[in-house]
Amino acid sequence: MGFETAYSGIGRLDRLSYRDTAVHRLDPRAKVVATLLFVVVVVSFPKYEVLSLLPFFLFPILIGALGDIPAGFIAKKVVAVSPFAVFVGIFNPLFDPLTVAIAPGVSISAGWVSFASILVKFALTISAALLLIATTSFPGICRGLRRLGLPAIFVSQLLFLYRYLFVLMEEAIRVVRARDMRSFGKRGGGMRVFVRIVGTLFLRTVERAERIYGAMLARGFRGDVPSMRRETFRPSDAFFLLAAGGFFALCRVVPVPQTIGRLVRGFAG
Amino acid sequence: MSHHLLEFKDVRFRYPDGTEALKGVSFLITHGESVGIVGANGAGKSTVLLHMNGHLLPTSGTVNVGEVPLRKETRSEIRRKVGVVFQNPDDQLFMPTVFDDVAFGPLNLGMPPDRVRERVHEALRQVNALALADKPPHHLSGGEKSAVAIATVIAMKPDILVMDEPAASLDPKSRRSVIGLLNSFAHSKIVASHDLDLILDVCARCLVIRGGVIVADGPASEILSDAMLLAENNLELPLTLQGRPGRAGREGARQ
Repeated sequence: MGFETAYSGIGRLDRLSYRDTAVHRLDPRAKVVATLLFVVVVVSFPKYEVLSLLPFFLFPILIGALGDIPAGFIAKKVVAVSPFAVFVGIFNPLFDPLTVAIAPGVSISAGWVSFASILVKFALTISAALLLIATTSFPGICRGLRRLGLPAIFVSQLLFLYRYLFVLMEEAIRVVRARDMRSFGKRGGGMRVFVRIVGTLFLRTVERAERIYGAMLARGFRGDVPSMRRETFRPSDAFFLLAAGGFFALCRVVPVPQTIGRLVRGFAG
Repeated sequence: MSHHLLEFKDVRFRYPDGTEALKGVSFLITHGESVGIVGANGAGKSTVLLHMNGHLLPTSGTVNVGEVPLRKETRSEIRRKVGVVFQNPDDQLFMPTVFDDVAFGPLNLGMPPDRVRERVHEALRQVNALALADKPPHHLSGGEKSAVAIATVIAMKPDILVMDEPAASLDPKSRRSVIGLLNSFAHSKIVASHDLDLILDVCARCLVIRGGVIVADGPASEILSDAMLLAENNLELPLTLQGRPGRAGREGARQ
């Protein structure tokens, strides 16, 4: 079932984030800021830019390699959400029929170029975000966000979401399984049953929320979720952030592939 | 050590929907006692437990913890004295990592970080779960979750430890280690369970609840070997007392 595959995908991403590599050990704040910078810089390129974006692939590739994250797994996830990007850009070639020359003697409509640009930007930003999650435990990201100034209430919400996402999904899987077991391949009554399942899950969630709140009160909860983790921002974190930031700035200002091309041609000539 | 007393005096409780769950419950539990609470489904066990740390307040009658009567204003004081381990560890463990979860109570008690760290390590060591400190709860097995849930409560050093079905849905080995764990605590212990063998192993005294009143109160070995009484309460003799062929049944009735 699609649901169970989705669950195991999230579970795998979560498990990856508890590995211990140089990338995993970086301060969550450094990684969050670097990823945000990366996304902003990539998105800031003009809409017909494709070639200048290519050097940016170095960032996710390096993070993935150093963080020991299987490239195929991330690629599959990117492909899985790619329909969104495809739908955003698919009509560009129709609406933007201006032709441009991309190589001597080859010209295509500008819409194709902007479509390609959208796809490249999408692949870059999504893979960077996935790698952030795969190399930083979710609680780590939350602590990073908290210390970067996100209000405590939002951080608590995210933490509870993370903690109970798995519990809720497992509960949903059990209910769906029970339905499938007795519906003999007929998807068990369709919409009406589905609506009831969602209702049941909702009620269970409410009851569980009450029990959790009771457990929190029993341990002295008074409205604030305390944490005592204190990451220290080490020189290596600063170095990572500076190196990443410098690299992004360089690639943003200097069109690297074209420059390399010019250099190569210069040598050849 | 009168501050470790737990006393129910003619406690009655009516749920908002009108169900009268407790109809005059009275008992006194003194320092260091280990008491099992048994009874059929719906007899009122959980309602009694929910009164012990003020999650519910009696409709009439009084609950005293030490010299403190349970009231709305004294609830947080009472929650320091009485630690409750709920039945489902997934409800009990709500923080992102085991360490944070065990630290939650002590931090809320306003302890400084160094002391909290000590407390967390001590509590996790007591339940043999020190190695799990950095794991998120959803990566733990059922037995590990139960052990950590107990650690979250003992980290607050309560005077009285209250547990609802501490070994439900555990495999026999995990269940056995929870029993060993419970026996290693010097706290006053109150355990509600349908697992009568567990009660027999952990508790010296046993209360039987039926229809919102206490119908029996005495040494666990006597109460849990009274087949008639147990049958009246939808219960059965503990397996160790059933004397099945091939089992050393009678020797199981240890005190």
